[in-house]
Amino acid sequence: MTQGSLLRQILRYENRHDPYPLYAELRKTPVLNEDDAYVVSTYREVLTLLHDPRVSSDTRNMTRSAGIDLQDQQDPQDQQEGEATLPPSFIRLDPPEHDRLRRLTNTSFGPPHEPHRVHEMRGELGAIVSDLIGGIDGTGRIDLVGQFSYPFPVTVICRLLGVPREDESRFHGWADTLAASLDPMPGEDPTERNRAFQQARTELGMYLAGLIEERRRNPQKDMLSELATLNGPDGSMSTMELLSTAALLLVAGHETTVNLITNGMLTLLRNPQVLERLRADPDLSVPLVEELLRFEPPVQLVPNRTTLADIEIAGATIPKGASLWLVVAAANRDPLRFEDPDRFDPDREDVRHLGFGSGVHSCFGAPLARLEAQIALSELARRLVNPRLLEDPPEYRSNAVLRGPRHLPIACDDIRP
Amino acid sequence: MPADGYLERLKRDGRIVVVGASLAGLRAAETLRTEGFAGTLTMVGDEPYEPYDRPPLSKGVLLGRTTPDHTALPRRTALEADWRLGTAATGLDMAAKRVRLADGEEVEYDRLLITTGVRARPWPHEGEAGLDGVFVLRTRDDATALHKRLVDGPRRVLVIGAGFTGSEIASACRERDIPVTVAERGAAPLVGALGGVVGAVAAELQREHGVDLRTGVMVTGLEGDSAGRVRAAHLSDGSSVEPDIVVVALGATRNTEWLAGSGLGAGPRGIACDAGCRAFDIRGIVTDDIFVAGDVARSPHPLFGYQFLSLEHWGNAVSQAETAAHNMLCASVDRRPHMWVPAFWSSQFGVNIKSVGVPSMGTELLISQGSLAERRFVGVYGYQDRVIGAVTFDQARWLPFYEHLIETTAPFPPSFPTVDRRPEGARSVPAEFPDPSVPTHGPTVTLSGYSPADRRMTFTPGRH
Ligand SMILES: Cc1cc2nc3c(=O)[nH]c(=O)nc-3n(C[C@H](O)[C@H](O)[C@H](O)COP(=O)(O)OP(=O)(O)OC[C@H]3O[C@@H](n4cnc5c(N)ncnc54)[C@H](O)[C@@H]3O)c2cc1C
Ligand code: HEM
Repeated sequence: MTQGSLLRQILRYENRHDPYPLYAELRKTPVLNEDDAYVVSTYREVLTLLHDPRVSSDTRNMTRSAGIDLQDQQDPQDQQEGEATLPPSFIRLDPPEHDRLRRLTNTSFGPPHEPHRVHEMRGELGAIVSDLIGGIDGTGRIDLVGQFSYPFPVTVICRLLGVPREDESRFHGWADTLAASLDPMPGEDPTERNRAFQQARTELGMYLAGLIEERRRNPQKDMLSELATLNGPDGSMSTMELLSTAALLLVAGHETTVNLITNGMLTLLRNPQVLERLRADPDLSVPLVEELLRFEPPVQLVPNRTTLADIEIAGATIPKGASLWLVVAAANRDPLRFEDPDRFDPDREDVRHLGFGSGVHSCFGAPLARLEAQIALSELARRLVNPRLLEDPPEYRSNAVLRGPRHLPIACDDIRP
Repeated sequence: MPADGYLERLKRDGRIVVVGASLAGLRAAETLRTEGFAGTLTMVGDEPYEPYDRPPLSKGVLLGRTTPDHTALPRRTALEADWRLGTAATGLDMAAKRVRLADGEEVEYDRLLITTGVRARPWPHEGEAGLDGVFVLRTRDDATALHKRLVDGPRRVLVIGAGFTGSEIASACRERDIPVTVAERGAAPLVGALGGVVGAVAAELQREHGVDLRTGVMVTGLEGDSAGRVRAAHLSDGSSVEPDIVVVALGATRNTEWLAGSGLGAGPRGIACDAGCRAFDIRGIVTDDIFVAGDVARSPHPLFGYQFLSLEHWGNAVSQAETAAHNMLCASVDRRPHMWVPAFWSSQFGVNIKSVGVPSMGTELLISQGSLAERRFVGVYGYQDRVIGAVTFDQARWLPFYEHLIETTAPFPPSFPTVDRRPEGARSVPAEFPDPSVPTHGPTVTLSGYSPADRRMTFTPGRH
């Protein structure tokens, strides 16, 4: 193999369908300095750095950019750095600003203030899943991504934020455009895509700003209303902060969940005995989703970290201001941490994966994402009769960070009610 | 080798007795079985209940979120054992290898594990301690009785002692909207564990939640009414309080009386053992068949100058029990030292407090992240220019990093920048422990390695 640095090979599209052998190669050097990036791939080291207060998520602290560009690999928020009109959302901030905004956001999402929000969405999630599966024509070729995994999370985020039903289709449109910018098609004109992206972003921003105004006057039980009318010990959020937060929830919760569900179905179809077990026992979806987050994590690596000081780890020194990439997907298959790591095994007893990250930035939406995937996969298993893959491997999106199939063509004999 | 033959026989059909059937006892028994012990296992416990968990007793139970009978410890494996619950051990014959039980029976052992823990120190005046409405909190029965009285809606609760347990009880009372007075001899709550600087934060927290906190005072006497119910408490500053419930939270006494005269090195400070959990006899010679774990143990810790540490920490009980059980079944070269880095948690007044290392050995304190005023911070304790402990208030996710600094005897104050460093984190301040029990400094020890099983010590010379 003479395709240049390991990092470049990982980013190369031809390797998208199976980057795991390259990750195994990567783990041979737990801290690899290539193309001016410091790439960390072993479980213990990734976990350690996720909890290291000398590691910053605020890229303004980065003094040595990686010579290799993730370009289209990242979420559009990063691409727009500099020209963005919104302040950075909390995923790109360090404590104390990060903690303040995350805490504020959490007052309308999780314990102790809203311990039941996610749980109470269970019925609604089931209904959305049921509608989507009901709308599939089971007689021909099904694209699971377009017909199911993709529309599901956007609808969920609409309901969570409190986007009125009649506006959902407009919202879907903007989300589509934003997501498309994560997935450039070869040969497409990037300026056109960028223009469309900017426009969608502006329209979405204006739409949300209007909705926030409305909810300040007429608060409902939804998240936007609660965030717009916050008034607790931590104060409140400015409209700009609220807009960035809403955009973050949309972006962070969207492509990730799509891929978790699609990767899930792909993995199940490749492991039919597990699919069969899930059909008989929907409760298997709980450990199964955890194992999926280890085995095929939708976020493959966490880039955009930097160091506030020289850090010594695993015999290497990561200099201050470095561009640090934490490859959670490689860590999740570290044989020093997981027995037989390349085996998909939902019965694994110890599955503390890094699929949701760890430390103060660990996934905010994890309880919701888990529930979405559990319901989606157990319902697909129950309702699709004799489902099978039409293409293996399927065609992947170009994004190496938020990795997942662009389409998942499947067929089945029938769809149970 | 004959020793190997002995161990094999021990594993196959030996007799192991565990005295003290609580957290440490249960976890040890489970480890014995999972490590292949197939012989007779006898679990002696003076409480009538299956092993249960104590931390909820001062938290969820007092709030009515869980009931005392829902605190049974989860079982890791099905455990085949001869349970002697409700039966205290009353004596030990080391020569004959026999444990005497309260019912007169004697149980023979090849290996003995002692996990008798501690009990709450009662109010010193016996007559006053017997008044109706005076409680301690250590057991399920204590919690059941106290909870029942809290539900009745007392006019005022007096908590004597503002350590972790006392502070948690006060917190539960406030959450139930019960007026509460806390009397503490020291300058602030938690001052013994975390020092005066952090204690001041805890004091503010209590007052802000409506606790009538009296520091620098002692309760000099309790007074009952004609029916024998407590009605007043007198304080050393001349004032008095009129509670109808008094909770005495003055720390713990080691359960070692039953070993008096046995020849084992057991006393009021606990049972001394080596790093492999083997008990010392009174001559200072280590035994080879008697092991100790949990709150009752005192063991030398390489990270802390080989001082004997007694830890009343849940995590220590589990880890030490597992190590003791492992060592009970193997040859000396395969034994592991108990090198658990102390860690503790508490929740009170809506704040999650966690610590690692031994903060109370620290002389200096640096607020490395966050701020005391916001009550969200990481405090690092320094002793002789090295990091010896850390505490977090609502910042627990950073703790593994600081634990690593302690394990590697990193220099204090930490010289590097971190996220969330505030002006107050620019320099360290005296930690303000009331009675700095400063250990003598010796060589320091650095821990390294991947899993607890392959931790190896490397000696580095002392820094002074
Ligand atoms: C209210 C409360 C809150 C706590 N909260 C926390 C917390 O938040 N975090 C934390 O880290 N730790 C906490 N702890 C401490 C933690 O519970 C202890 O560290 C742990 O219980 C120690 O377990 P052990 O098995 O060593 O001892 P114990 O739990 O004390 O068990 C010893 C057992 O031995 C029995 N026994 C004693 N003598 C005899 C005898 N002669 N014969 C037979 N049996 C005997 C005792 O009755 C008891 O059942 C708390 C403790 C209490 C009481
Ligand atoms: C399977 C689905 C998901 C996966 C795999 C996933 C993964 C992750 C990961 C790895 C991070 C850490 C990023 C970092 O450390 O910089 C993260 C952060 C985050 N996620 Fe998720 N996520 C998923 C779904 C969701 C959903 C549904 C939401 C919203 C409802 C969400 C909201 C967030 C937010 C807000 C953050 C930033 C947290 C912070 O910086 O404190 N995620 N996610």
